[in-house]
Amino acid sequence: MTAPFFRVDNLNTWFFTRQGVIKSVRDISFELSRGEVLGIVGESGSGKSVTGMSIMGQIDEPGRIVSGSIALDGEELTTLGFEEMRHYRGKRIAMVFQNPLMTLNPLMRVRDQMYEAIGEHENISRKDMHDRCIEALKAVGIPSPDERLNAYPHEMSGGMRQRVVIAIALLLGPDMIIADEPTTALDVTIQAQIIYHIRRLIDEHGLGMIWITHDLSTLSELADRIMVMYAGATMEIGTTEEIIGAARHPYTRKLLDSVPSRNVPGRKLKQIPGNMPSLLALGKGCPFASRCDRATDICSEPVPAIQLSATHHIWCYHPFED
Amino acid sequence: MFSFVLQRLLQSVVVALVLSIVLFVGVWLIGNPADILISSEASEADRLAAITALGLDKPLWQQYLTFLGNAAQGDWGYSFVYKEPVVSILLQRLPASLELGIVAFFIAIAVSVPAGLYSGLRPGSPLGRGLMAFSLIGVSIPTFWQGMLLIVAFGIALPILPVGDRGQVATHLGITSSLWTLDGWSHIVMPAFSLALLKMSLLMRVTRAATMEIVRLDFVKFAYAKGVRSRKVVVGHILRNALVPLITVTGIELGNLLAYGVITETVFSWPGLGKLLINSIKVLDRPLIVAQLTYTALLFIGINFIVDILHMAIDPRIKSVMGRRTA
Repeated sequence: MTAPFFRVDNLNTWFFTRQGVIKSVRDISFELSRGEVLGIVGESGSGKSVTGMSIMGQIDEPGRIVSGSIALDGEELTTLGFEEMRHYRGKRIAMVFQNPLMTLNPLMRVRDQMYEAIGEHENISRKDMHDRCIEALKAVGIPSPDERLNAYPHEMSGGMRQRVVIAIALLLGPDMIIADEPTTALDVTIQAQIIYHIRRLIDEHGLGMIWITHDLSTLSELADRIMVMYAGATMEIGTTEEIIGAARHPYTRKLLDSVPSRNVPGRKLKQIPGNMPSLLALGKGCPFASRCDRATDICSEPVPAIQLSATHHIWCYHPFED
Repeated sequence: MFSFVLQRLLQSVVVALVLSIVLFVGVWLIGNPADILISSEASEADRLAAITALGLDKPLWQQYLTFLGNAAQGDWGYSFVYKEPVVSILLQRLPASLELGIVAFFIAIAVSVPAGLYSGLRPGSPLGRGLMAFSLIGVSIPTFWQGMLLIVAFGIALPILPVGDRGQVATHLGITSSLWTLDGWSHIVMPAFSLALLKMSLLMRVTRAATMEIVRLDFVKFAYAKGVRSRKVVVGHILRNALVPLITVTGIELGNLLAYGVITETVFSWPGLGKLLINSIKVLDRPLIVAQLTYTALLFIGINFIVDILHMAIDPRIKSVMGRRTA
């Protein structure tokens, strides 16, 4: 693994709604190296998807990046306009979405949707475009790619469509891919196949990958590092071993406890009691305090980062000690 | 593709036949034309002779078959009132109605699609809100009233446009129309705009609603994420998908424009079909009523047929559903 080529520093993405300011992402920082998979895990509303869309420069009104930096190879992305950012989207940072049934335009052939992606960034002949599409479809394990190129999305299964989407993401040889719950909508066998192909592509091409999910068990197989988010803030970040095997933050522990495969069969699943606090009314302290059984008065004060190792950081006043 | 078109065509013919029966029976129910046509002072023998001559003594189903046979050969009978073949009366009036409807249709489309698209993409912007306010007014004002307002504004207060009638007509390519002359255009602009206003507002709202729904979908976000420039995303992805619901509504509205311009034609004294229908119903001119209602029915059947074909051309999913059904 090489030095990080991609950095996010103190990112804040807020939505200015009529009801108030929703602080979806608060002071998020992380970095990504080539060939590395960073998993971002959190429940819905934790800000993990907004983080992904912030990187893409695709935050819709009334939201915007309020402060912080997103830098790719030293180039600042947050200052770019929507159309300037276009030259990075697809070309250097690609994205894969959650629901493969919705990601492709239902009225366009796969070929046209692939050609469109290439044509926006490069001026090459149709023959070259065709060859590159076939190559990309083969790389994600699609049988008879020539036929698929001619197909409409509705003529393919969900797993096949997600492969096409990943193939499109690969078309222009991006530096990194942001995958927002790419296997959640697929059944487990298809999920395993897709993860296999993605892992291979990351290793072969030295891609950086941000894998956004709520599913810790997938991450344990795929990710090199894991960042745990809750209510827009980072709770804990570390290598996969550090998070899965030696989590210190109470929230991460609770999250791990609620993974079905880690529980005794027949026993009731452990849930985290309570709900996530409203993002409209966050205090300056730890957002998890209201649901945390280790919380004390000090938890309503701003939480400093504690460095446990070169890679392991937590934001908590009362971490587990072992 | 071909089998689908053929199948749809057959359906259209069946619908047309059923409609013609409903129409024929309906008109038969509204009154006996013999009472109107034959003078009350005529002798009983003359009366019977006239009824026999008109074929009104035969059973209804026989009358219907005669009507259908003649109609298929282009013989729609003679108008009781004008004593002229119904077909030639219709052909005199039809171009005026068609040209008004078509110009109104193009005005409506040219305004509503870009405006609806814009206000759907930027619903919070001042222009987006303004367009919505305009469309609300457009759907709320009664047609006859805004027509008269237009006449007062541009015909009387600021007399830049002529009021009433078609103006000068000319014949090119075998079509007699006021659209070939400048004078004709100056006559048609105001009634066409008046007729278009309601449809314009309606289609603008449909386009806006469809746009707002599609913008939120993942494939639009994915298109942006591919780095596709905004203009192409809007035209190639958003508008293209919005066309599916838009075409349905547009088809119905085109039918309405061509068939029900009655109010606008009355306000602007436009010599079209609208007034003719009202007049023929007043005097129970049966052949003329039947012919006009048939024209309206065929118009809608034809438009629906075209709408279905367009749908299939745009949306590949429809083709696959139809293919499965016929297979």
